Amino acid sequence: MAINKTPRQEIPARNPDERNKDFKEVSLGFTEEQAVLEAQRCIACKKKPCCNGCPVEIDIPEFIKLVAKKDYKGAIQKIKEKNNLPAICGRVCPQETQCEVLCTLIAKGQPVAIGALERYVADREAAQPGSKESSAIKEKKDIKVAVVGAGPAGLTAAADLARHGYKVTLFESLSASGGVLRYGIPEFRLPKVILDRETEYIRSLGVDIKYNILIGRTFSIADLFKDGYKAIFLGTGAGLPYFLGIPGENLNGVYSANEFLTRVNLMHAYEFPKYKTPVKIGERVAVVGAGNTAMDCVRVAKRLGARDAMIIYRRSEAEAPARRAEVEHAKEEGIEFRFLTAPIKIEGNEKGEVKSMTCLKMELGEPDASGRRRPIPIKGSEYEMPVDTVIIAVGQGPNPLIAHTTKELAVDEKSGELKIDENCMTSIKGIFAGGDITTGEGTVIAAMGAGKKAAAAIDKYLKG
Amino acid sequence: MHKIVENKQLADTITLLKVEAPMVVREAKPGQFVIVRLDEFAERIPLTICDADKARGVLTLIIQQLGRSTKDLCALKAGGQIRDILGPLGNPTEIEKFGTVVIIGGGVGAAELYTAAKALKEKGNKVIAIIGARNKSLIILEDEFKPIADEVLITTDDGSYGIKGFVTDALKKVISEQKVDRIICCGPIPMMKAVTMTAKPHNIPTIVSLNAILLDATGMCGSCRCTIEGKTKFSCVDGPEFDGYKVDFDELTARNKRFLDEERRALEG
Repeated sequence: MAINKTPRQEIPARNPDERNKDFKEVSLGFTEEQAVLEAQRCIACKKKPCCNGCPVEIDIPEFIKLVAKKDYKGAIQKIKEKNNLPAICGRVCPQETQCEVLCTLIAKGQPVAIGALERYVADREAAQPGSKESSAIKEKKDIKVAVVGAGPAGLTAAADLARHGYKVTLFESLSASGGVLRYGIPEFRLPKVILDRETEYIRSLGVDIKYNILIGRTFSIADLFKDGYKAIFLGTGAGLPYFLGIPGENLNGVYSANEFLTRVNLMHAYEFPKYKTPVKIGERVAVVGAGNTAMDCVRVAKRLGARDAMIIYRRSEAEAPARRAEVEHAKEEGIEFRFLTAPIKIEGNEKGEVKSMTCLKMELGEPDASGRRRPIPIKGSEYEMPVDTVIIAVGQGPNPLIAHTTKELAVDEKSGELKIDENCMTSIKGIFAGGDITTGEGTVIAAMGAGKKAAAAIDKYLKG
Repeated sequence: MHKIVENKQLADTITLLKVEAPMVVREAKPGQFVIVRLDEFAERIPLTICDADKARGVLTLIIQQLGRSTKDLCALKAGGQIRDILGPLGNPTEIEKFGTVVIIGGGVGAAELYTAAKALKEKGNKVIAIIGARNKSLIILEDEFKPIADEVLITTDDGSYGIKGFVTDALKKVISEQKVDRIICCGPIPMMKAVTMTAKPHNIPTIVSLNAILLDATGMCGSCRCTIEGKTKFSCVDGPEFDGYKVDFDELTARNKRFLDEERRALEG
């Protein structure tokens, strides 16, 4: 095959000065012409290295081949054989470290834009009324399975189990689906209509979603077994936020990333007072951390009207865990970055409101246990900066509730994560788990991969 | 959707709502609460489970009008609907045979302690209830507490009913007359702090039920964090009841004022 000389197609995005004032989607996705040009760049190598990077095992070259032929219906069918949430994955998966990094064309620095193609195919299907592809459901079984938590892991496990023919009930404690996809990822990165659409698809597979039910409180695990569920998947996700452990973190004006994002994304605080949940933001907002969640927080803060919205990170830009594209988008939108800077205390006024934060400058030393160079404080570099709001985005532990109310579940003492065996089963027979509840913090796609693996394990277990 | 089966005004700004919520009342225990969201646009607000009729699947809530959300809820008539009710949430009140237990409810806080008082009495405790409010019109549940408590003391700040003074005045009197083994208290923060201070010289274990600002209330967001014995705890999963001696009440007071301006705006809007 002749080498295609077309360069990798740039994914169009909205003008930064316009988009940093509203919550509409930043990335516009490929046009049809771009999608076809990009798909034609795939050299269809025999070994399909890209597939090894996909936690849900999509047959990537096959779907791309169909896009190149403009068989979009065929392409979405091919994706949905493995992935139940393609429009979401096309947007939020870190393809650059998963499938695209393994693309043969990366040798020339320009891998195929697999994520953008996945998004294009999924969005195109959604835009064509009545064309939805439901993948085949195997013979229906009269066996009930409970899935707990409608985040990426739970939605995926529920969909796969429904396809295996099980009667699946998905229990969600919030009043809408998605978990972190709803309360965590902002509208401008993942529009909620897309999440609603993908949820609808999962319902169309026969999954019964029950909202406002907190397993561990409304019903116990024992209640579920008593009610006839033969297996349970726990995908209850991440939970209580970590803080820095510095003075002043409970002052008014200090949010955890979870609280800040939940107010804005789930409860629509950006439309206050039409929506009644408030969020308070001042002129100067400091977000501590440099992961994707931190980028989401700082970009939301800018959109809520902060004059200066900045990232404070104790390591350098090279170590920042956020996706490159997110950091670039943030920079374009006028976000300030203070790398090699570590907060040591937050000061408040007489009313207990944040007024400033004191930071130390850092330099990089030898690599630490994470393989990243360890930040070391520079003596005498302390300085105080005025801020109104501080958002702590340095991660979180697994949700504590089910472990707390189900004493027999074995939990890692240090991390609080549920322990599972190689078949995704917890210490209780018939209870499986996956996603952030077992790994701490991972990506959306890693949780989906765990949901998929657990669904296969549950099927095997129930077939006994 | 949850149907309102009864709306009864208990006082000027205090309303009792009975609402259908069979899944919530099934396992509801004393001291627990629910998160209520009236409609698509409403906040998620925590409300105490005042009573749970398991046979009928009906939940009793007692709500004081403080802001927009509580005002809207109090305006619901029988036949009206609440969109979401999540619960029961929080750790239940510890119910053991302690001996003599003093239950102290300030204002609408009395609602939270009603089922606990019943359960403690059934366990064989001597139960003394102290119900306090600013004035007579804000005293609630006196008739309900009477048949279950061995003694019911009423205090009003202005002396319009019962003992003139604060709940702590009544508590001091009770402590001076008999051995008290435990105090359980729910009400405004200054009141809970004062009760704790009153109990401390006598070393009486004092449990307080905190009213931090909650959001998801499932152990995810961290909005309800409070400082207990110098450590950060989360009211939704670690509480809402804590050992009063360990609570940083001043921090909680400040944190509960986080959205005062916005609450005013919402009320006007």
